[in-house]
Amino acid sequence: MDRIFYELTESVRIAMAQVRANKMRSALTALGVIIGIVAVTLMGTAIRGIDIGFNKSLAMLGDDVLYVQKWPWGNVEDWWNYVNRPPLKPEDAVALNRIIAGTANSQLEIGVFTDARSTSVKAGGESVNGVYTFGANADYSRFLVADFQEGRLYSATESDSARQVCVLGFDVAQALFPGRSSIGQKVIVQGQPFTVVGVLVKQGSFLGLFSMDNQMMLPLGAYRKYFGIRDDNTQLQVKVKDKNKLDEAREELTGAMRRVRGLAPGERDNFSLNGGDGFKKQLEPIKQGIAFAGLFITGLSLFVGAIGIMNITFVSVRERTKEIGTRKALGARRRTILLQFLIEAVSICAAGGVVGLGVTYGMCMAVKTAMPNFPLEFSVSLVAISMTVAIATGIISGFVPALGASRLDPVVALRYE
Amino acid sequence: MSPPAPVESRILRPVGPLVISIENVTKLYHMGDETIHALRGVSLEIRRNEYLAIMGPSGSGKSTLMNMLGCLDTPTAGKYEFSGQDVASMVDDELADIRNREIGFVFQTFNLLARSDALRNVELPLIYGGISPHDRHERATAALVSVGLGDRIHHRPNELSGGQRQRVAIARALVNRPSIILADEPTGNLDSKTGVEIMALFEDLYEKGNTLIVVTHEESVARHARRIIRLRDGLIESDAPAD
Repeated sequence: MDRIFYELTESVRIAMAQVRANKMRSALTALGVIIGIVAVTLMGTAIRGIDIGFNKSLAMLGDDVLYVQKWPWGNVEDWWNYVNRPPLKPEDAVALNRIIAGTANSQLEIGVFTDARSTSVKAGGESVNGVYTFGANADYSRFLVADFQEGRLYSATESDSARQVCVLGFDVAQALFPGRSSIGQKVIVQGQPFTVVGVLVKQGSFLGLFSMDNQMMLPLGAYRKYFGIRDDNTQLQVKVKDKNKLDEAREELTGAMRRVRGLAPGERDNFSLNGGDGFKKQLEPIKQGIAFAGLFITGLSLFVGAIGIMNITFVSVRERTKEIGTRKALGARRRTILLQFLIEAVSICAAGGVVGLGVTYGMCMAVKTAMPNFPLEFSVSLVAISMTVAIATGIISGFVPALGASRLDPVVALRYE
Repeated sequence: MSPPAPVESRILRPVGPLVISIENVTKLYHMGDETIHALRGVSLEIRRNEYLAIMGPSGSGKSTLMNMLGCLDTPTAGKYEFSGQDVASMVDDELADIRNREIGFVFQTFNLLARSDALRNVELPLIYGGISPHDRHERATAALVSVGLGDRIHHRPNELSGGQRQRVAIARALVNRPSIILADEPTGNLDSKTGVEIMALFEDLYEKGNTLIVVTHEESVARHARRIIRLRDGLIESDAPAD
């Protein structure tokens, strides 16, 4: 229909003329929308960033690994039920692997005992403090998520004979041997020389808190010799075969561990099964809470912007009542008048949306430059969503005044001064 | 107010077919608890090529009748046919269409869009009529030339004199070739000399075959018409050829 097209182009032309004629007013009204869009999009990028960072971090841990530990993750109030549990021991891993090997169609692949603590590492004049050092035997190769920057994991032979070898995290290697290969170099741990056999690639940090690159792996035997085993930190890491069958694996592992521990039926478990999707499940409500609260609060500012648009459209209709009467007398239909004011409201909102997105983009870039690890993700879908939100805001807030304008009685409108 | 200009050597064109037929039309307004009988039963026929003046003191129902004739309003009761179409039962958008096609409005206060130039003002009814930009431009320009504003088509209202503004409004009323041109106190906001010029333009339009209805309370304006209808208290007091 030609007529609708002509009316539309006329409406757009009028809206532009109107915005031009009231620059200050339009700019101030748009400012409300800009602030709203910036708030909502920044929150959106933050939520998305957290989500991506979180998933990245989970992948570092391996989402197909269950942890058998003395304590459950999260808070416990009945600590007395846990405190006297026996700690996990290296022998438990051996016993568990024997049971796994003897189980037909086992959902479990292998278990490995690990213990960890923080220590300092020296080489030449350099020293790195607070290195997360853990001991595990060569079976740990099955759990490694990261690739090797250079070198390899120690072999089963090296591990079993408690050879003084180690694998360094990326940052540790960089700090001790800047700009050169670490392989074959000696580092001093607990006053003992260890030969570097491998360096892991850079992995980043877990949830932005714990650096995966500031770590070191030692064969369990060597670790035990110089650090001893700290009972409360010990754990069995157990790899499952199919991460989609975590529940079955968990059930099987519980049974296997009860056998390892020699528990009679009816006796309570004296160990905790952690990890898998449990961690994710635990963080999910927090994530949703942040998203909901954030979007609600930022949504409020957009709501205020929308009220501004509605107000300005009411004012615009009031100011131009006589013009509306004239247009109606000349043959403008309701639809034409409605469109005219809706387009005016929407174009202010759309302009606000574009500017708001620009500001958000700029802020994201600035934050990224200043703090590379800060989780912010600007995305195309964000652009689409915010423009949709901006335009929807214009339509929703402009609709009531525009509808009022379209329903004006031409006789009354013409008489309006 | 200057004495009415003498009306000389008037031609009287033969009237054409029926355009407007009003039968026993009434209009009630409710203002608070009061009911106002603006029209109490008016019957009227207007034919093509007529030049009609509607007169009456304020409160006579003159404006109400004009709004009715202009299809801006519908009667409370009675019959109104415009070129055989039943206007009384029409809804908003149908009325808008009939105003667009059949009626050219000339207002006392001109009612031009301040931020648009003369050409865009005149194009407006064509936009609502769905005329293409090219035809629009051509017809609007022609209409402006016909009212003597061929050299002012890109002037905005604030760059034009009162008489020129009213000429733009008249061009806008003419541009869609309506069945009737309805003018509400067309000289009310003009000085008397300019008023005379505008009435001369109306005479010219009449002679070219347009149908004119002028609503006024000034005898000097009404005298230009060929037929004068006088209203009082919502009723037609007299309906006679102008002398």
